[in-house]
Amino acid sequence: MASDKLLPAEFSDLEPFAGQWALRAEPERHAKRLASTMAEMQAFYDAAFPRAGAAIEYLNQFDLEEMPANARNLLYLLYSLIQVSFPIEVWKQPETLDAAAIRFDRTDPE
Amino acid sequence: MAQTAEPIRLKFANEYPELGTGPISLEDSLSPEFFELERNAIWRRVWLCVGRVEQVTKPGSYFTRELAVCNTSILVVRGADGQLRAFHNMCSHRGNKLAWSGDYRVESKGVCRQFTCKYHGWRYALDGSLTHITQEEDYPNLDKRDYGLTPVALDLWEGFIFINLDPNPGQTLTEFLGEMGQGLAGYPFQELTQVYEHRAVLNCNWKLDVDGFQEGYHAPYLHTKLMNPEGRADFMTSGWQGSSYMLFGPHRLWTSSGGGNATLRPIEILLQAGLGGSFNVPDIGLREFPRLLNIKRERNWGADLFQIFPNYVIFIYASNIMFTYQYWPLDVDHHIFEGRTYYVPPKNAAERLAQEISNVSFKEYWLQDANALEACFGMLKSRAKTRFPLSDQEIQIRHFHKVVGDYVSAYVAERQNGKAESTNGIG
Repeated sequence: MASDKLLPAEFSDLEPFAGQWALRAEPERHAKRLASTMAEMQAFYDAAFPRAGAAIEYLNQFDLEEMPANARNLLYLLYSLIQVSFPIEVWKQPETLDAAAIRFDRTDPE
Repeated sequence: MAQTAEPIRLKFANEYPELGTGPISLEDSLSPEFFELERNAIWRRVWLCVGRVEQVTKPGSYFTRELAVCNTSILVVRGADGQLRAFHNMCSHRGNKLAWSGDYRVESKGVCRQFTCKYHGWRYALDGSLTHITQEEDYPNLDKRDYGLTPVALDLWEGFIFINLDPNPGQTLTEFLGEMGQGLAGYPFQELTQVYEHRAVLNCNWKLDVDGFQEGYHAPYLHTKLMNPEGRADFMTSGWQGSSYMLFGPHRLWTSSGGGNATLRPIEILLQAGLGGSFNVPDIGLREFPRLLNIKRERNWGADLFQIFPNYVIFIYASNIMFTYQYWPLDVDHHIFEGRTYYVPPKNAAERLAQEISNVSFKEYWLQDANALEACFGMLKSRAKTRFPLSDQEIQIRHFHKVVGDYVSAYVAERQNGKAESTNGIG
């Protein structure tokens, strides 16, 4: 049955964040972090962090290569949780400390 | 006065008295003339790692590597006979770059049955031989056997592909890697096939970037918030020290104990993973350490950095992951940094997420390192200071600059004796 939801029904509470943060590629996730405010990232972190354990358990039932699209979005959302953990837990700012001059992107894969 | 105080405090320099203990110059990283000498003295005559065998498993699989410092592009290909070969990526007709797609400046990879030049349709077999000339009848006196691709020396060490641009390499790869190559042989590199690649162009001489990873002295200071987010007061003052520093010909090895006094963050506790990957260390079949790995057989071993001259670092963690760093000069003031991270293929989302936090952590550390390097380089160019003191644990920086200087001096001496022209084709 087709759905316009990005995430599996069990994680509908995270749906408001999926459009913004379920990003496939690392450079996209890093760019989204730099373009976000600390308040936006704190809201995402506070919502996603307590649900991460259940999300990992849910995702572990799938083969990584054959994951349904909504499960893959949930995985991408967890990649972004890792990305924002650095501004929230370490830097207290979106950017890495004293590292504004250089880009260093992951080129492969995702 | 200094003579009596010195030997007591120097733990590593005493083993290598030939390196001295005084301040060093970094003019070798600033001088355009020195950089021009490095092209022939180093890059066109030493073995250079260009990849892993996993990148070219099937007959016809190939990749290219741009070697700007040598003004060439290299094509590595596995032949129909299973042999790996390397060539200059250049058509014999009028010199067009042979393998590329879309943007000729970008490295390419793929699988093919033959190589066809985009310009006039000349074709080459996977072994480099010229097989087809468009309108061949217009070349009545041409023997195709004289116009194959120009070969480049290629050899393998533990699945790493090395090439040498010297038509007659002065050393075999085995001789070049020497004791260090033997001492790491047998490590299960072939298990670490999940590879993530990162790339940056830095405004900095390549040697200073190499130096950036030749000491851990900087870590508690430059990376203090990453390693100690709670801001414990003792963290920076307790300092850092490697457990062993060894030199092997032009190559270097340093060993670091594990654990340290870093503090785990909430996300690391949640994922049970951090910079070094999963805390549940995967089995990669490492039943005993190769001789040089964890040389002191520390129970609390952390990681080893094998620095292969001139530009390749293999960073092996006790957590059974590996990072490699590579530095490719563009000119005296710029180079490409390539950072690759290697893991066992993840079996599920939890394992993949452990690799994600490892990669993102690696990037956070590296961004701080790279920005500091560019900041150093910008000031070095002022030449306001020209002598730089190195601590005992920075001995590998001392060694590296000496080795580079020795290669350049040897080349200059050869050139004065008339030898270098014949081996490097400079006329």
